[in-house]
Amino acid sequence: MTTSMIEARGLRRTFKTRTGPVEAVRGVDFHVAAGEIVGFLGPNGAGKSTTQRMLATLLEPTAGDATIAGCDLRKDPVGVRRRIGYVAQGGTTNPSALIDEELLTQAQLFGIARADAAKRTRGLLQDLDLAELGQRRVGSLSGGQRRRLDIALGLIHAPTLVFLDEPSTGLDPHSRANLWDHIRKLRDREGATVFLTTHYLDEADALCDRILIIDHGSIVASGTPDELKRRISGDVVTLALGGSAEMARALLAAQPGVREAQLIERGVRVTVEHGDAQALALMRTLDDAGIPIASLSIARPSLDDVFLTMTGRSLRDADLPAPRSNGGPS
Amino acid sequence: MTTLREAMVVFRYQMRLLLREPVWIIIGLVQPLLYLALFGPLLGPVAEKQGWTDPWAIFVPGLLIQLGIFGTMFVGFGLIAEIRMGVVERMRVSPASRFALLFGRVLRDTIVLIVQAALLCLVAMGFGLRIPLGGALVTLGIVAALGVSLSSLSYAAGMKLKSEDALAPLLNMISVPVLLLSGIMLPMTLAPRWLQRLSDVNPFKHVVDSARASFQSDFTASSLTAGLVSAALLAVVGLWIAHRTFQRESA
Repeated sequence: MTTSMIEARGLRRTFKTRTGPVEAVRGVDFHVAAGEIVGFLGPNGAGKSTTQRMLATLLEPTAGDATIAGCDLRKDPVGVRRRIGYVAQGGTTNPSALIDEELLTQAQLFGIARADAAKRTRGLLQDLDLAELGQRRVGSLSGGQRRRLDIALGLIHAPTLVFLDEPSTGLDPHSRANLWDHIRKLRDREGATVFLTTHYLDEADALCDRILIIDHGSIVASGTPDELKRRISGDVVTLALGGSAEMARALLAAQPGVREAQLIERGVRVTVEHGDAQALALMRTLDDAGIPIASLSIARPSLDDVFLTMTGRSLRDADLPAPRSNGGPS
Repeated sequence: MTTLREAMVVFRYQMRLLLREPVWIIIGLVQPLLYLALFGPLLGPVAEKQGWTDPWAIFVPGLLIQLGIFGTMFVGFGLIAEIRMGVVERMRVSPASRFALLFGRVLRDTIVLIVQAALLCLVAMGFGLRIPLGGALVTLGIVAALGVSLSSLSYAAGMKLKSEDALAPLLNMISVPVLLLSGIMLPMTLAPRWLQRLSDVNPFKHVVDSARASFQSDFTASSLTAGLVSAALLAVVGLWIAHRTFQRESA
């Protein structure tokens, strides 16, 4: 029994486009251990989906290889398919089909006998709060229900490893929180390993044990959300001032433990290692110099700060311009 | 065996979806029925001049082949819609054989086609067509082979192009010359020599000829053999190309 669920080695994918080849994924190496919830965080077009589609046998890697749930991706794709569940980004169901019909069909494609398939279908509908909806048409479901059906379809054969591509995109806040609960249960109750992609910072933060930050097809950082935040940027202390901000900046920048002090409108923003512990010292310094302090706030860094530090762009900004086309099916 | 079982899973799924909107099966029949009612009567005078005893036995096989072509040639659009819904990809991550994912769909289309063709024959009998049972069965077999071929090729094109905007002109470009050069409306024997030569390279022409021969219970005719071989070849080649495409596009 292996404890490693994903071992990716030098995975690379190049798409041919009219304007020349586009390197969507530029050689990624990483591993995911059994029982982990790992998130791929990055802007649209960063190569998250492409990597996941390679791992799920949907896209042939241009180079590199991987071992998924003990099976070699290139030599035994059918073995990989038996062990993984994959929930694609844009939905996976036909609005004219019945919910039962979709689930039973998918189960039978995995070779599950009819009676077992029916039992499994009932159980999943129950678990995902879709009970009693079996005979309804897919098209009549709400967005959140439809997304949970996608997930039920990905879980129909009780996979040991589940890939979720942007699981909560397009859902309202309530449905998202509900979906996160279901994803946590997958690991806690079923012992499944979950590998998801997201471009939502809060989702990565709330859900993932470990995060791989990907940008322009390369992994630029990895670690637990806390590790990443600690490693990359300290806490941010923002001081609104009554007096000379420039003088305050110079004073604060000279303090021990201060990494950076920046002028902002009517104040200074100081990056320090431990905001709670150092705030008092900062205040005392300004007090001694006779600079009045109007207010003070301490902020732990967000994953967006991490992303900004690693890539020079904010994740939110990175999403704004048209995403770099990766030339392949999204 | 597993592949066949998986194909049946896909077949049942697709068939249930279609039967939920059975109006499409009828709509597919409207065109040939209109030809039967509005074009068929024009054949009388032509038949007299040519000395044909039963103009319907000349005309209806052509209509059946036309139904076979138009009934299955456009199934690729349905696949593109399914690709867009994500249904195809969802099935592709299952361990089911790629051939089963293709063949289950082809089987659905072919069975629908056979039912439509049988209905068309029944209606044509109302107009005065007389066919021997054997001849009718052979013709249905030919139509079925055609259905397998064209629905496979349409799926292959849909899988490859993944866009309705690209598929539509491609199908138009192919269907019109194939149709005109197959003698569906009138036998190509009426055509000038150069046109006959040109139509000889069109396998569909031989298929139409063989359907006409079997409608007249002319089972010895060499045209019957050529047509049966053409139909079988079209089916095998179509399936093979589509199989390759599904395999490749599914990595």
